[in-house]
Amino acid sequence: MAQRTVIPFGPQHPVLPEPIQLKLTLKDEIVEEALPHIGYVHRGVEKAAERMDYTQNVFLVERICGICSFIHALCYCQGLERLMGLEVPRRAAYLRVIWSELHRLQSHHLWLGLYADAFGFESLFMEFWRSREMLMDIFEKTAGSRVIISACCIGGVRRDISDQHLQETLETLKMLEAAFDKSSEVMLNDYTVKKRTVGKGILPADKAILLGAAGPVLRASGVEQDARQTGFAAYDELRVEPVVETAGDCYARAKVRIRECRQSLDLVRRAIAGLPDTDIAVRPKGRPNGRTISRVEQPRGELLYFLAANGTQKLDRLRVRTPTFANVAPLVHMLPGCEVADVPVIVLSIDPCISCTER
Amino acid sequence: MGLIDIARSKSPWILHFDAGACNGCDIELLACLTPVYDVERFGIINIGNPKHADVLLVTGTVNKRSARVLRNLYDQMPEPKAVVAIGACALSGGVFHQCYNILGGVDSVLPVDVYVPGCAPKPEAIIEGVVMALGKMQEREHARKRGAA
Ligand code: SF4
Repeated sequence: MAQRTVIPFGPQHPVLPEPIQLKLTLKDEIVEEALPHIGYVHRGVEKAAERMDYTQNVFLVERICGICSFIHALCYCQGLERLMGLEVPRRAAYLRVIWSELHRLQSHHLWLGLYADAFGFESLFMEFWRSREMLMDIFEKTAGSRVIISACCIGGVRRDISDQHLQETLETLKMLEAAFDKSSEVMLNDYTVKKRTVGKGILPADKAILLGAAGPVLRASGVEQDARQTGFAAYDELRVEPVVETAGDCYARAKVRIRECRQSLDLVRRAIAGLPDTDIAVRPKGRPNGRTISRVEQPRGELLYFLAANGTQKLDRLRVRTPTFANVAPLVHMLPGCEVADVPVIVLSIDPCISCTER
Repeated sequence: MGLIDIARSKSPWILHFDAGACNGCDIELLACLTPVYDVERFGIINIGNPKHADVLLVTGTVNKRSARVLRNLYDQMPEPKAVVAIGACALSGGVFHQCYNILGGVDSVLPVDVYVPGCAPKPEAIIEGVVMALGKMQEREHARKRGAA
């Protein structure tokens, strides 16, 4: 009779930059059950947002997650703009797309690197992170900061990107693409990498829908859904086709993200080419009142904010639903039946962002 | 300076723990390890096991749940050791200082040797913080030896 063992995976683990704990029940080498324990990075942002001024909240929500900070701010500002009846100038909408897509690129590069590290391919990790530094340089140049760029504000964006910087961005992207071609080639075609990823952690389409998966995890299972199709910011003019794969395994999830990187590169270029010449922000007038829902697409999936305002400076309620939270249930479904050695790869394949999840 | 001291000052191994950060500081810390900043040229290696580590790098605010884990990691590290707090959050709680689940900065749980301010601090600043922590660690070690002699 094989013995059952319970192994804690996390909260402090070399492949996880963030603390989450999975209690794995093993029978020999095979995982029978996985139980997530969370709460290590819970801060209480939603409550804090009720105590702060609604304009101050932009800086607070940006710090829900440092990897996709701009998109958090965008989602929040978009909701408030709807409540206050503000029309964002077109140039601001395009700039928002540019920064969002750069954040997506940055986040996917980060993930591809960490993922390579999870199956022990350290030089590939270094390759992706070296290219990622080019994107960080773009942020520093255009917004003044590397990680939390604080470029979004209620009514538009805080700063413009000059023509010279747009030109330099395009040139950097060219270099980035060349590097990306090389390293993504390894990720997709290397024999050893494929051995570690193909057929691991399969999530069928019906299960993905049932368990409420989001973003690349959902699209890798063959479901065509992307919040950018709703046409927020300037996505109504810069149409986006969702990237879909059908296999639903770790390999497909990596492939979706790699193809999304190409899509983002294309989107940034299209947005720069079509950048209209208008103001970059309108002044907010009055106070927000009423309730609304705001949806955007984060690198990890759909992000949803619910805002309830009451006509004063403070919000009644801010509710955040993040994509990783949606992807934890599919993860718990994927793990049983896999080998212990595959656990890091499968956990990373959903691109967990715990600080989003717990806020 | 004994052989072990020399080895430690030339090749400090670091342990990273995220006690409740927004990720911003964590990715900057990871960026230190990658080719552009490459701290490995100073012999700095990121290690997962607290029992091998010399310097503990903490990012983020400490909350009621992670405090226990943080304490635990610190206790497992062998002497001499140093703690570096990274980012506004680890210093004082940063933007989250009013949140209900927050105990405060890292120094509310552990003795901190070096504070690296910024939100998020740049990799250069983090590297400087680690180097300063090494200096402090050595000083303390010398003082201890003098005391014992
Ligand atoms: S200091 Fe800033 S970047 Fe660092 S964890 Fe705190 S909010 Fe995030």
